Amino acid sequence: MPVSITLTVNGKTTALTVEPNTLLVDAIRQHLSLTGTHVGCDTSQCGACVVHLDGVSVKSCTTLAVQADGRSVVTIEGLAAPDGTLHPMQAAFKEHHGLQCGFCTPGMVMSAVDLARVNPDATPDEIRHWLEGNICRCTGYHNIVKAVESGLQAMKTGASAQAAE
Amino acid sequence: MYTFSYQKPSSVADAVAVLTGDDDAKAVAGGMTLIPTLKQRLAQPSALVDLGSVPGLTGIRRDGDALVIGAMTTHATVAADATVRSALPALAALAGGIGDPAVRHRGTCGGSVANADPAADYPAAVVGLGATVITDRREIAGDDFFTGLFETALEPGELITALRFPLPKRAGYAKFRNPASRYAVVGVMVAETAAGIRVAVTGAGPSVFRVAAMEQALNASFTAAALEGISVDAGDLNTDLHASAEYRAHLVTVMARRAVEAAR
Amino acid sequence: MSKTTGIGASVKRVEDYRFLTGRGRYTDDMNRPGQCHAYIVRSPHAHARILSIDTSATVAAPGVLTVLTGADMVADNIGSLPCGWLIHSRDGTPMKEPKHLPIAADKVRHVGDQVAVVIAETLQQAKDAAELLEIEYEELPAVVAPGSVETAGTAVHDEAPDNVCYDWVWGGKDKTDAAFAQAAHVTTLDLVNTRLVPNAMEPRAAVGEYDPGMDEYTLTTTSQNPQLIRLLLCGFTMGLPEHKVRVVAPDVGGGFGSKIYHYAEEVIVVYAARRLKRPVKWTAERSESFLSDAHGRDHLTHVELAMDASGIFLGMRVNTTANMGAYLSTFSSCIPTILYATLLSGQYKTPAIHAEVKAVFTNTVPVDAYRGAGRPEACYLIERIVDVAAREMGIDRAELRRRNFITPEMMPYDTPVGLQYDSGNFARNLEDALALIDYDGFPARRAESAARGKRRGIGFASYIEACGIAPSNVAGALGARAGLYDSAEVRFHPTGSVSVMVGVHSHGQGHETTFAQIVSERLGVPMDKIEIVHGDSAKTPFGMGTYGSRSLAVGGMAMMKAIDKVIAKSKKIAAHLLEASAEDIEQDGGVFRVAGTDKSVDIAAIAGAAYVPHNYPLDELEPGLDEQAFYDPKNFTFPNGTQICEVEVDPDTGVVKIVRFAAVDDFGRVINPMIVEGQVHGGLVQGIGQALLEHAIYDEDSGQLLTGSFMDYAMPRADDVPDFEVKTNEVLCTTNALGVKGCGEAGTIGGAACVMNAVCDALDIGHMDMPASPERVWRVIRDSRFGMAAE
Repeated sequence: MPVSITLTVNGKTTALTVEPNTLLVDAIRQHLSLTGTHVGCDTSQCGACVVHLDGVSVKSCTTLAVQADGRSVVTIEGLAAPDGTLHPMQAAFKEHHGLQCGFCTPGMVMSAVDLARVNPDATPDEIRHWLEGNICRCTGYHNIVKAVESGLQAMKTGASAQAAE
Repeated sequence: MYTFSYQKPSSVADAVAVLTGDDDAKAVAGGMTLIPTLKQRLAQPSALVDLGSVPGLTGIRRDGDALVIGAMTTHATVAADATVRSALPALAALAGGIGDPAVRHRGTCGGSVANADPAADYPAAVVGLGATVITDRREIAGDDFFTGLFETALEPGELITALRFPLPKRAGYAKFRNPASRYAVVGVMVAETAAGIRVAVTGAGPSVFRVAAMEQALNASFTAAALEGISVDAGDLNTDLHASAEYRAHLVTVMARRAVEAAR
Repeated sequence: MSKTTGIGASVKRVEDYRFLTGRGRYTDDMNRPGQCHAYIVRSPHAHARILSIDTSATVAAPGVLTVLTGADMVADNIGSLPCGWLIHSRDGTPMKEPKHLPIAADKVRHVGDQVAVVIAETLQQAKDAAELLEIEYEELPAVVAPGSVETAGTAVHDEAPDNVCYDWVWGGKDKTDAAFAQAAHVTTLDLVNTRLVPNAMEPRAAVGEYDPGMDEYTLTTTSQNPQLIRLLLCGFTMGLPEHKVRVVAPDVGGGFGSKIYHYAEEVIVVYAARRLKRPVKWTAERSESFLSDAHGRDHLTHVELAMDASGIFLGMRVNTTANMGAYLSTFSSCIPTILYATLLSGQYKTPAIHAEVKAVFTNTVPVDAYRGAGRPEACYLIERIVDVAAREMGIDRAELRRRNFITPEMMPYDTPVGLQYDSGNFARNLEDALALIDYDGFPARRAESAARGKRRGIGFASYIEACGIAPSNVAGALGARAGLYDSAEVRFHPTGSVSVMVGVHSHGQGHETTFAQIVSERLGVPMDKIEIVHGDSAKTPFGMGTYGSRSLAVGGMAMMKAIDKVIAKSKKIAAHLLEASAEDIEQDGGVFRVAGTDKSVDIAAIAGAAYVPHNYPLDELEPGLDEQAFYDPKNFTFPNGTQICEVEVDPDTGVVKIVRFAAVDDFGRVINPMIVEGQVHGGLVQGIGQALLEHAIYDEDSGQLLTGSFMDYAMPRADDVPDFEVKTNEVLCTTNALGVKGCGEAGTIGGAACVMNAVCDALDIGHMDMPASPERVWRVIRDSRFGMAAE
């Protein structure tokens, strides 16, 4: 039996009709055509599907769309400013060459942004530990760690700049 | 996934009623084990009963000399909670080492305990800390709760609502994790409680178990050195791709020592 | 002040914006109007005869459009998936090349082999209906362990009753035997190069489309080489005319070799699209990838090294059994031969080498190139036995390497295994790496670790590899069935921007940036006016794609040739515009000047004149500024370097932690240092993964893949690996004009050997097989005298 749900995705509220067995990632990719969120495994290990659900990073391949009913979802498409300016964490990934093929990148960036919420001064070791649920096969992680370190600092600067306004 | 219907009860009683009325219905808490199982078509429930909107199942409160943690409280919440971190840091550490951050944001303590995965961390906390499992209808002592591989004392339709952890004098948890799955190859909780030392081991056997010889030794002297020469019988332990029973037996002693060293 | 643009500058990648904002376009992101979904039913058995397939309930299920089996493919004359390299056995007979139909018709030969395809309106319907298929199998004994195939008592293929595909020899046997006869010391070693699963993060996917009005086909696929896929699809499997087939590889999420090959699913979606006259999509789930993507490595090797009394290498013998799996994948046959035995000289002047390689069939997933492809296997055995030899001879490992290195003065150097190294300074790489890691300070660090109860070890790997396999005629004489050139077209547009169509493909390597850097520097066009176009057979000239670190050395050189043609023509146009002779025109980037004068014209104006040829030498020159070139290299290129790492072993648990890692590489000219460093980091982690974590394990009785998901196959995570110190020493390649050698595989080629050498050093043992997983290391410690003494 299809179920009607309401999702607020990247600030836009949408009503959807989904089967109960629809994964959140499928609702995002197929129903909403936001294909930036990826599926890289089927055992909840790789983290390519990480999105923010009510501001917290979750694996959208291991969440049912119905479980997100009435809640707010932010995907990789929702990070940059409306004028296209990259979010500080996105910019840091570019600056530090924290991506190669780009497939794990959306999940990696969404996880990294969430780290700012819990540990904005994370050390490189803490960053590595935080990213243990995001697998990258290309970069060897070295530059991702550098990018996240820099992105966290930039997010703090951005936040203080906003607070000052 | 096979098809199923979706129920979103608004009270524990409603949830229990649905689960009791339909043997093929399944409760879903965080879904971190259930959803991957459904994706592989290894389970075919008629209905999923989502506990996500049931009020009163989340939260952490101090209740005298115990911590009571709502069954739907996530691992991330337990790991970060100031009360848990100060009163029962071993539990915060255990919860903070489950899976990865995104998994901890969804996975719940009640779900983990109800699932009784032999490699999950929470069973070591429930048994090692002498916790009580509170359900919609009764209280079950932690020692009596886990009855075998993926088996518990829960009756059909019975729902865990909270876990009550008596505060130990000190406790420590050490885990040797599977490098692929991040589950425990061996996890040992050591606690000095009012009723004496408890040592509980997860990951190593078909279900969580206590180690009496270690408890006796630590009762005499709560030091890592006291565990020297004490080991569990490998004959009772699991062998898989990642660790033989013999290696697991060795790790139980090593992790128990580390848990003692980490205890506070 | 370092350069900010052009060759040698760490230009930020132009492709990043789309990837960082979720606007990458990967195959599974595409949905076509009218698209239906294919679900592939795969064999649960390692080896079984298909007795019957009853599709009646499946075809009647909701949403089902068709069910395809091997019988359908046979009836429609669908061809076998081809192997691209013919190897001959030592007795002169060609390798055994059994048929490989995209859907099994008679027998299934590995768990995961394609048995049937269910196509339905939705994937859910296809999966539901697939459960209704009734397939009757007669199970057969499985051949699993590569070391015992000849006595397995059963044949994977009737064509190879002993399960041997070929029995091949290379190098000089008599000379090697003579060298061993004179040896003061012989070191021997038996080792396993473990089976790995490449696991690019994007699972494979394919969309087939057919336009009956035009009789045209489009295949969108996760490929490293779409032109090659079109060739194989047209020439071998589907038998279609190439002008009616377009193959597109859009953004591809990593390849590492596993996306080179022509896979069954590509045939299936194109074939099904023609039958249904609708787009058909297939996307692998990860557990399906484990059973259907080609695996890597899987060698059993015995090696012997003969030395004189001072440790000078006199000769080496290698005997390898290479597991091909159940079928010959596209390049499988050349990996343990042409890309392996030819590298057995390593960086050393070993004068005599002899190799014997037996390739065998087993009831396992096919094995083919995985990052490095043959060269990591060669490097692993060389660098391992050099360490064991040093230990046995009591010579410092760095010193033993120094004594045997080929020196720069010996270049070009002909190895005894058929290659000619053009350039390199191996000793300098080693010395620089020793300095980076502070080799002299190691004893103090080891003592400090010991004080904490840890065992510290240091290990190095001095690797050389061969990239940009070539030239085509030589490769052809050695069995290659395709050319090994590449191509590019440099097309100026009338207003001065440039599109460059290349035959190579980028799936993480950053070609859209590095190739543009070269164009920008050579033609003086700003980066934002250059687009590198790749991955679409309808847009690019015919090229062989990206593998074996060949893109820059071969594809980049093709682009250089096209640029040279553009410059030559531009000089003529400039001469006309400046009223001078073409011989007097000097070019510097985008400026064309009459020598010795201040009269000049820029490339944008030249392009404008070429496309609006009003003031233009129409009687001598064609209008337009659009040049194409093909480039067939004269030789391989030979990236080389030394990697050093330090590990700390926890004797209580056997856990190995990498605490320091330094790599010094000679990649020839470096176009973009930032990208090159990223390639090294990623390559090293794949090497580390093999050494410590990854291992594809089959049950030897049932042939089930036991490590069939990320729950059991341990992928390296961020907290498993260290930071890296990397440095490059540019020794320009002498056989191409860019001076480039290639950097994509280097990290992986030395990485595993480097880590295992450090682990063995920490454990004070000669050898242990990979992976150095905690339990294995713990057992070594427990069983060693060193371990007992410590307790």
